[in-house]
Amino acid sequence: MVVGMTMETFLQQLINGLSVGSLYALIAIGYTMVYGILRLINFAHGDIFMMAAYFTYFGIAVFFMPWYVTFIITIGLTMLLGITIERVAYRPLRDAPKTSLLISAIGVSFLLENVATYLFSGKPQAFPEFPLMTTPFFIGGLSFQPVSIVIPIVAFILMSALLFIINKTKIGMAMRAVAVDYDTAKLMGIKINGVISSTFAIGSALAAVGAILWCMKYPSVLPLMGVVPGLKCFIAAVIGGIGNVKGAVLGGLILGFSEVLMVAFFPALTGYRDAIAFVILIIILLFLPNGLLGKKQVEKV
Amino acid sequence: MKETQNSIGAYLKAHWKTVLFLVVLLIGIGLADNFVDSYLRRLLNLCAIYVIVSLSMNLVNGFTGQFSLGQAGFMAIGAYTVAVFTVPIESRAAIFYLEPMAPFLANIQLPFIVALILGGLAAVVVAFFIGSPCLRLRGDYLAIATLGFSEIIRIVFTNTQSITNGALGIKSIPTISSLWWTYGTALLIIIATVLLINSTYGRAFKAIREDEIAAEAMGVGLFKTKMTSFLIGAFFAGIGGGLFAALLGTVDPKQFYFTLTYNFLLIIVLGGMGSISGTVIASFVVTLGQEALRFLDEPMAFGLDLPIFRPGLRMVVFSFLLMVIVLFYRKGLMGTNELTWDFIAQKYHAIKQKLSRKKASTEGGGQQ
Repeated sequence: MVVGMTMETFLQQLINGLSVGSLYALIAIGYTMVYGILRLINFAHGDIFMMAAYFTYFGIAVFFMPWYVTFIITIGLTMLLGITIERVAYRPLRDAPKTSLLISAIGVSFLLENVATYLFSGKPQAFPEFPLMTTPFFIGGLSFQPVSIVIPIVAFILMSALLFIINKTKIGMAMRAVAVDYDTAKLMGIKINGVISSTFAIGSALAAVGAILWCMKYPSVLPLMGVVPGLKCFIAAVIGGIGNVKGAVLGGLILGFSEVLMVAFFPALTGYRDAIAFVILIIILLFLPNGLLGKKQVEKV
Repeated sequence: MKETQNSIGAYLKAHWKTVLFLVVLLIGIGLADNFVDSYLRRLLNLCAIYVIVSLSMNLVNGFTGQFSLGQAGFMAIGAYTVAVFTVPIESRAAIFYLEPMAPFLANIQLPFIVALILGGLAAVVVAFFIGSPCLRLRGDYLAIATLGFSEIIRIVFTNTQSITNGALGIKSIPTISSLWWTYGTALLIIIATVLLINSTYGRAFKAIREDEIAAEAMGVGLFKTKMTSFLIGAFFAGIGGGLFAALLGTVDPKQFYFTLTYNFLLIIVLGGMGSISGTVIASFVVTLGQEALRFLDEPMAFGLDLPIFRPGLRMVVFSFLLMVIVLFYRKGLMGTNELTWDFIAQKYHAIKQKLSRKKASTEGGGQQ
């Protein structure tokens, strides 16, 4: 197992883990931000990711738009989708029991999956190729796909921008205030609805970028493609400490590295790749229920 | 001796309507068992299985207020247990042609009922391992862990070639066709659930649903009570899965995709979270509805070249229905009420009063 691995392949796997982890981080941020503010697992987030992949596919492969126009339209449409979902399915239930809100989130997820199956058929579609991104190049015996390098760079830039927004701007301050105490924030004159809408917009935009990069790496689009990444990225958010953006990034990277490295070291376990996330989840819940960077939550009466 | 006779007599007197209803129901099942064709028989069997699994989900989600999404996974465990232990030994070589069955299992064949209960117990064991970390914590970790588990169990069953035959699945499981198996089990489970809900445990479940902190302050052991509900739910779901395998005669990992759980979610939301009779009614409505709306999936072009009816439309309708109920009719059909004789009488009088009032007002309007 380990014997067959040279330094080169190990480095290659590290780069691979970094790019997979960065993708997870981009999606996990959307989960953690919504959970931080609404205390809701946004089950639809994985399906928002899936819709973004379809928007890009249609833009490039069906409507023949240039890729940069498509990317902008995709990000715009995905943000709109996220905001609309919150408006239609979550806002009317804000004072309802939490179970109703969770069911609504699952309902949206199920609806998006079924609508996508109905409209685009359940068959996988080939995502347009980006030769610039996928033609491997070589550095001293190592072959890399450019996309594996581009993903972490884009992710790093976006996350820095996000941290800037959260820590230095007015809307970011409002978001933090709502996350700390919903009712007090409302009393202090913060427009809760606007804050929640922008949270969904940011989360969806990151999911859209994640979807575009994901499809460059794994060029196939299908209606249920968002389910497993969605589940894993929520787990990534839990690993890092739910509600904490840096934690989501850390969790995403940990998950990405452990998946790639486990498959690299123990090829016999390749079939179980998707199961690792859940094993980690159970371990984290047993020993570190607040995640690596999360604060201890106290339930108040 | 006389005393027991008296108490039975008193019981019959107090509950004669229920007893009569049960007798009529049993006769109905008996007649149906003899006279319906195989298509309808299969459908009715499916209804009963949906009753069992939905009830197991309502016990955890509706009565105890814990959000579990693992029904498809627990069903898969029950179904595979029944499949592995009841497939005739002589046909095993033909089924497991890629890789022979593991030697420690290859020669074990159990009677259906034993395998069925074993399947339920296997689901309980797995539920214990998921529940132990998740139910200790407040919050929604159970939802994500159970949903994740339903995905994992499929991955596991796909990879354990020598036990489950991997992606090929197990065929030629001895089937049940009599309605008594499914309806008998469903009746037993309904009765067990009613007794459970009205017991001390049931009251503790509801206390946790209403307010965890208050329940804990009143001396309800949160972890233990939640775990009890979760394990009983898993047992019922495992039994439901076992019956499902014996009904279809074949199992493969694709049957237990996690979207199966969403059917049961729709049922308990439609019937009312926290209503046993609502769940039973909704199980029939949804199962028969899914069958009746099958035409939506059949290609049919509207007008020029607009194929509106095509595969997938049916599920769009069902997921849309789920959204509409959650957003506008959050209580579902029954809310937390039960369809008791008092409830029916109450509704009947309410409707009668409404009608007579309407009549009076229209008559009054006519005189003026």
